[in-house]
Amino acid sequence: MLDILKGPVLSIQEFFVLCGRTIKSLGRRPHYFPDLVAQMDIIGVGSLPIVLLCGFFSGVVMALQMSRALRTYGAVTQTGPIVAITLVREMGPVLTSIVVAGRNSAGIASELGSMKVTEQIDAMRALGTDPVQKLVKPRLIATSIMLPCLTVIADFVGLVGGFMIAHFMLSLTGSEYWNGAYRALEYNDVAQGLIKPFVYALVIAMVGCFYGLRTTGGTQGVGLSTTKAVVIAIVWIFVLNAFITQIFVWLAEKGLGLS
Amino acid sequence: MTGHPSTQTAHRDASQEYEILRFEHVTIAFDGDPAIQDISFQIRHGESLVILGSAGSGKTVILKTSIGLLRPESGRVFLFGEDITHRKELDLFDLRARVGMLFQEGALFDSLTIEENVSYPLLNQKTLRCTESEMHNRVEESLRFVELEHTLEKFPSELSGGMRRRVGIARANVTKPELVIYDSPTAGLDPITANNIMALIVKERDLRRATTIIVTQRFQDGQIMAKYRYDREQQNLVAASPADVAGLRLMVMKDGRLVFQGTQQELEQSRDPYISKFVLRH
Ligand SMILES: Nc1ncnc2c1ncn2[C@@H]1O[C@H](COP(=O)(O)OP(=O)(O)O)[C@@H](O)[C@H]1O
Ligand SMILES: [Mg+2]
Repeated sequence: MLDILKGPVLSIQEFFVLCGRTIKSLGRRPHYFPDLVAQMDIIGVGSLPIVLLCGFFSGVVMALQMSRALRTYGAVTQTGPIVAITLVREMGPVLTSIVVAGRNSAGIASELGSMKVTEQIDAMRALGTDPVQKLVKPRLIATSIMLPCLTVIADFVGLVGGFMIAHFMLSLTGSEYWNGAYRALEYNDVAQGLIKPFVYALVIAMVGCFYGLRTTGGTQGVGLSTTKAVVIAIVWIFVLNAFITQIFVWLAEKGLGLS
Repeated sequence: MTGHPSTQTAHRDASQEYEILRFEHVTIAFDGDPAIQDISFQIRHGESLVILGSAGSGKTVILKTSIGLLRPESGRVFLFGEDITHRKELDLFDLRARVGMLFQEGALFDSLTIEENVSYPLLNQKTLRCTESEMHNRVEESLRFVELEHTLEKFPSELSGGMRRRVGIARANVTKPELVIYDSPTAGLDPITANNIMALIVKERDLRRATTIIVTQRFQDGQIMAKYRYDREQQNLVAASPADVAGLRLMVMKDGRLVFQGTQQELEQSRDPYISKFVLRH
């Protein structure tokens, strides 16, 4: 029984050791700015097309689904607020994070994993660089800057998608839709809409790096790490999403919703 | 064969005082399986060490442990006279800057060009920083040594296996380290390429008189190290007199244990069944 638990417990412990070392490396020089910029480009700019697509179509689908329900109550004017709230609180952060997790947790894990199995990580250490500082830190910072930005963009194109449906199928005017959407959003919504992707960015980058750096067993091992990184990152995003949502619900109920 | 004036040897003897690397009863295990067990040896300045052993006998583990990439479970490791057994990673970098290492498959960074790969230690090791032009010169000199100065702008994936190994040798030596470590430099290469690589290693050893550790599965690699030296005048390898290679020792590993330690002659005369099998098989 204890033996079954030993593996996962050790992994979690190692994961937090890596997190600790990464936090320590944040303030320490050198900062490797070119690597940071390169990672921001890969993670941010590289994920933009798919984030745009997903954001737009989730807005469209949401407006379509809502419109049917709302029409039965004669409340189609509520399309804007409902799309806005659902997108900003949940759909935007979670969908964007999952898309980026699929893309970048995998990308990070396979890149660092192949570096590990070809001894490039050891070579780095032998040649004067700390892999945490040189590889993990830029990826962590880049993801945690880019993911909230991508989320805001996804929210926006989602709203545009919702507007297309509202305008062309429900005959709402631009001001009806956009005013409704704008007025529905409270600081609480915006805050959780930004804090969530920030937290998920930490998960995506750290899980990707963790599985990448502990890869063993050649090319086969790289495939295994990549799969694990994506699965674990996505599971953690869902679990943490429940917790963070609960915290904001609680804040709103207490009237501490910053509104 | 013999009779070469051995000015080199005299040099070696004079500087043979200080110790470069020492293992004291080092054991390392992975998930309970010992990879190396109770390994003790020592190498002094100017000496060369050849570690022979079949695949999986723990050769790479010894090399990685010697610069603190792996930590001993028990026993102690001294590098340049300093105890590195429990030293923090960040405090190891200054010592590692004095060591050059060729990894088994070269371990070149595939996102960097050959020039960037070879200049990497000069750029990243604090104690070795130099000006841009000096760096460029040293990189070119180092690549010229392995006859690859025309590949500066290429990426590792564009080179053959033997060429990548040579770039690895250039990268290991660009800092003019006191200790150079070669992990299986000839593994997976055809015999001709392998001999060329060994010739480069002997040349590097004799021109700079660097302390050299080489790990290999090929018995001939040890013989090349033991029987040849680089001659400046002829610019080629020539047969070495015993005095020339007096600083050479060989070790044989078997399943993580050291089963032989001694000179080339002692190795050839060994009666141990495993060792003589190893010697004859090749
Ligand atoms: N990082 C590691 N994790 C688990 N086992 C390892 C690791 N590195 C080496 N080993 C094991 O240690 C033993 C010695 O490996 P190694 O030193 O690489 O052999 P070689 O003599 O071929 O270089 C092998 O059995 C190998 O499986
Ligand atoms: Mg090996």
